[in-house]
Amino acid sequence: MPNKTFFWFFLPTGLAMILFIGLPIISTGIQSFYAQHDQIVKEVKKCDPFGCTVSIVVDNEQTSKIREAKPLGKFNGFGTYTDRNHLAVGEIKKFWNETESFSAFIDQVTNLPFYKALIFTLTYCLFVTPNVLLLGFIIALSLNAVARKIRGPLIFGTILPMIVTPLVGSLVLFWMIDSQGIIGANIQNLMNDPYLSLKSSKTLTWITIIIYGIWHHSPFAFVVFYAALQTVPQEPVEAAIIDGASRLQRIKHIVLPHIYPVVTFVALISLMDNFRVFEPIIGFSAEGSAQSLSWLIYDNLVNEEVILFGSAAATSIMTIIGIAILLAPVLIRTWKEFRIAR
Amino acid sequence: MDYGLDKKTTSLKTFNTIFIIVWLLIACFPFIWTFWGSFKVRADFFSRSDWWYAISAFNTLIETGGKFTTNAYGQAWTEGEFWKASKNTVIVTIFVVSISLFLGTLGAYALSRSTRNYAFWLLILALIFRAMPHITLVSGYLFPFFELQIWGILPTTIVVLVAINQPFTLWLLYSFFKTVPRELDESALIDGCSYFQTFRHIIMPVMWPGVITAGLFSLMLAYNDFTVTALLLNQENHTMVPKIQSYLGTNQHEGNLMWAVSSVVSATAPLFILVMFFQRQIISGLTAGAIKG
Repeated sequence: MPNKTFFWFFLPTGLAMILFIGLPIISTGIQSFYAQHDQIVKEVKKCDPFGCTVSIVVDNEQTSKIREAKPLGKFNGFGTYTDRNHLAVGEIKKFWNETESFSAFIDQVTNLPFYKALIFTLTYCLFVTPNVLLLGFIIALSLNAVARKIRGPLIFGTILPMIVTPLVGSLVLFWMIDSQGIIGANIQNLMNDPYLSLKSSKTLTWITIIIYGIWHHSPFAFVVFYAALQTVPQEPVEAAIIDGASRLQRIKHIVLPHIYPVVTFVALISLMDNFRVFEPIIGFSAEGSAQSLSWLIYDNLVNEEVILFGSAAATSIMTIIGIAILLAPVLIRTWKEFRIAR
Repeated sequence: MDYGLDKKTTSLKTFNTIFIIVWLLIACFPFIWTFWGSFKVRADFFSRSDWWYAISAFNTLIETGGKFTTNAYGQAWTEGEFWKASKNTVIVTIFVVSISLFLGTLGAYALSRSTRNYAFWLLILALIFRAMPHITLVSGYLFPFFELQIWGILPTTIVVLVAINQPFTLWLLYSFFKTVPRELDESALIDGCSYFQTFRHIIMPVMWPGVITAGLFSLMLAYNDFTVTALLLNQENHTMVPKIQSYLGTNQHEGNLMWAVSSVVSATAPLFILVMFFQRQIISGLTAGAIKG
């Protein structure tokens, strides 16, 4: 296809992506260097028969005037990145000098909002991704062994958790697990502890969200693995059976190597999706004990008084860097393959 | 060909059946339970005293005189203005699907027929864009949209959702276009068709399965989106998913939980019916990128 034709064909989609994905990333980058204006205060002298008092009040007129003149805020450089709500450089230095043991230091650091969210996000990725791969693969193997006639409805049932939006999916589970729901109430009865509930324990909340993540993402892994299993050639499998290989050996030495590229694909996609975990936190109303990076951004953007554009943007940029680190190995490999192919 | 070499023992078969039943229960029961509970009153579905009330409908009987009630649906759709939210969702979904298919087919066709290096790099760029968490993009939109005064209205959200959806649509359609042999184009070009005519009259007619799959995924994205619609639309224009969230209530005002339950059912039912009909296309779409690419 000539370059000119290509250009006209690609222009609409390219324009859409540049305007609404490329530019916003740049806009986020610029915003992260600005912070919202401080409120301008003025001294007001109030006199009454008993004497004069000077009080400090917010000058609303001046504040809104400067906000209108410079809507982006004041230039803050890397100030937002290093403040307490983000990398917290100063706080970490202080903790390092003040705390006695290393574990106390770690304890202090993991209480800072950004590090707390980072740790939750990474824990979520670390537990959900491998389990999704495993469960998805087992379901695929298991459904593949069922008679072809009844597979259709079984597949439909299996993919339900995947097609609903995460918010709805987590709500549906939450209403059952909640202390007034069917599962939560029964667990309370079973343990004989009327105060046992999801919100009472941080560990329980984390485990619930991770279980939700596995529940929601496994169907995707299942679908891809199931399709890949259909392409496994039968001859080597039959040869292995004749040679006396057990079922596990066949899976390990024939099936897995054949679908290996698909496994990396699923791992990559689910890692990318898990890194942006955010809706389940709202669905489970778990803001108190579990915060993710995406949730921090959301929280800044729905702030009641003034939207914290700078703070949200700084967290966004660091999230994008996180994604880049996750994607880097894949991109490097693709680039190498591309160079060899040329 | 199955020669019956792979003999499964009875215990393995039983184990397999049990596993599938347990998994299906885990996957489907929450939805069935919510559907069941949406016809009860709050005191039954969220019972403090006894969870069995949800089944025996103890309070529903007292409050409404019947074992099932559609009060939650009625109130959410009228008082809760869920009808407006569903109208907005329908508008957003229709526009997002048609626009993103139009842009996506053109772009993906060009990508699949180009032999240059830049086509490869554009695909990689699309992959990187696909990895961007939506909330980071939204934090980039908000400020410019406020300044341009285009925040809160449906057209903005539609355009944003189309753009966010493009990388995935491109990849999906690209892998479908790749399966259409090039000879088809070439013969049309030799016969004097322009590239656009070839695309319109020769390639599109054989591409319908791929287009339907891509359309379904656009539909699911637009229909299910929470991040973009919650933050880019004002209260008046909210679609279904942010509306459901607003029923949940916050610290400041108490929500109406049964509205949320019935709206969840109202919002999920059309999606399930759709998936029931188009299951094959969805599965082929999810695997297209993985198996062929």
